[in-house]
Amino acid sequence: MLKWFKFIRSYPLIAIGGTLLGLLVLTALFAPWLGTIDPTALSPIYRTRPPSEKFWFGTDLLGRDVYSRVIYGARISLTVGVCVAVLSAVIGTVIGLAAGFVSWIDAIIMRIMDGLMSIPTILLAIALIALTKASLQNVIIAITIAEVPRVVRLIRSLTLSLREQAYVEAARAIGASRLRIVWQHIFPNTIAALTVQTTYICGLAILAEASLSFIGAGVPPSTPSWGNIMAEGRALWQVKPFLIAFPALFLSITILSINMLGDGLRDLIDPRLAKNL
Amino acid sequence: MFSYTCRRLLLTVPVMLVVALFVFGLLSLTPGDPAVLLAGEDATPQDIARIRATLGLDQPFLLRFGDWLWRIVHGDLGTSLFTGLPVSQMISQRLAPTFTLMIMTLIVSVSVAVPLGALAAWRHNSFYDRGIMMIAVLSFSVPSFVVGYMLAYTFGLEMRWLPVQGYVPFEQGFWSSIRSLILPTLALGSVYVALITRISRATLLETLSQDYIRTARAKGVADKGILFRHALKNVAVPIITVVGSGVALLISGAVVTETVFSIPGVGRLTVDAILRRDYPIIQGVILMFSFLYVLVNLIVDLLYRVFDPRIKY
Repeated sequence: MLKWFKFIRSYPLIAIGGTLLGLLVLTALFAPWLGTIDPTALSPIYRTRPPSEKFWFGTDLLGRDVYSRVIYGARISLTVGVCVAVLSAVIGTVIGLAAGFVSWIDAIIMRIMDGLMSIPTILLAIALIALTKASLQNVIIAITIAEVPRVVRLIRSLTLSLREQAYVEAARAIGASRLRIVWQHIFPNTIAALTVQTTYICGLAILAEASLSFIGAGVPPSTPSWGNIMAEGRALWQVKPFLIAFPALFLSITILSINMLGDGLRDLIDPRLAKNL
Repeated sequence: MFSYTCRRLLLTVPVMLVVALFVFGLLSLTPGDPAVLLAGEDATPQDIARIRATLGLDQPFLLRFGDWLWRIVHGDLGTSLFTGLPVSQMISQRLAPTFTLMIMTLIVSVSVAVPLGALAAWRHNSFYDRGIMMIAVLSFSVPSFVVGYMLAYTFGLEMRWLPVQGYVPFEQGFWSSIRSLILPTLALGSVYVALITRISRATLLETLSQDYIRTARAKGVADKGILFRHALKNVAVPIITVVGSGVALLISGAVVTETVFSIPGVGRLTVDAILRRDYPIIQGVILMFSFLYVLVNLIVDLLYRVFDPRIKY
């Protein structure tokens, strides 16, 4: 108990960010039991009702319950965040390790990554979405492609400095194969930095999905995602601000808690950086 | 310097080539017939054939790519599937509001963020430092379109100080045009300010712990002199690096901000193009913005030398 208390005192960002994020995960998991109704159920007689005891967050243009849509929206956002984070971490690590260890691959890969990184995330995703059908899967693929270069750059630069370390030289001297060196000596030392980066990517991915859905290039309009709810509220927000206020609040708190968790993890892993940032 | 500039210029060629290959190759890589997809659901075979011909989809890939690249280099970005107008013309008509917004955001953000970051570093661990960093973390996390709505609601709808939405072109008066862009600038700038404040504070803190600062202090240089003559000069390079790479955020943000404030800029054009599946426009917009991004970062690289004469190439 005392140990926990100490941890929370020295790393308040991890505690606050982690708690908020944990609550959100629980919300997403238990969405059907949180007083929600079917988020896609239409009831035209109750259109654009302000928040009340019956409809906590009001109802939208088609009479759907905004509270239920926002709660179910947590599922979409977290799915996108987690999938993009895991996928880009795995793909980026493999490419980054290869680039850091094989010089001819490096030259080609880094040119490709430089090119991809010079396309702003949202535009890169828009190009992919415009050519495919709107679906959750395609949104995840599009954002992953945009985020992979970040991981590749990180892992590559770490690999380049790690391979000059004495223990790598020692491993080479006793005849360890390249694959063994990469897997046993290089990769484990990149995990800490990778974890921090993956946390930030999770937040960026949730933001990207919301932005894409908001401008109409995200998940199908019928899906209750925070970006979609805000997109639907766009036409009426001046008279019915509650249509966008609640999804906006949830989105902001989610990204804030992920960024806090990321900052906290960074401080935990690299105390030298923590003093400065 | 000259040879470095040339080498650096040459390095931008493969980057732009990858961008071009990506936006062009996407048409062939995506599953299914792109012509059918772009034509939409109630398209006639003639529509599909027309789109296929417009995009040159009936020829082998490398031939198409070479041909397309040749035309791009000569300033021809193709024609819109929806209006039939040249893409370059449609984009250039929309450039003014987008560029004005981006330049205003850049100027406002840098002139707010650098002093804030410097204050936070100078009064390290003080009330100011904590306050500024808390605001920075907050505005880094709240999406720019959410900030946009909050600003439009507070200053537009409630207080009625500024227009809620819409854009006034330059021709209808310089000041009313600027006035219509104040809220979008603040919304778009929120993330950017946070980014630059954080990096300014971090680099200044590191500089202030250097030996030469201690020496300056020891020989009796006043606080003001230390900050302005010794420390701030040395934080310029990391800050302009972040300003340069942050332009990508600015571009992505502009697309969304223009939607919030109904500004008829390039972002709005892109959003309309998605709904109409007008791929040539999206291609053109990506090429233009990526080129802009590469160009800005090229200038940043070349500026290093101006800000820090010690750097030799």
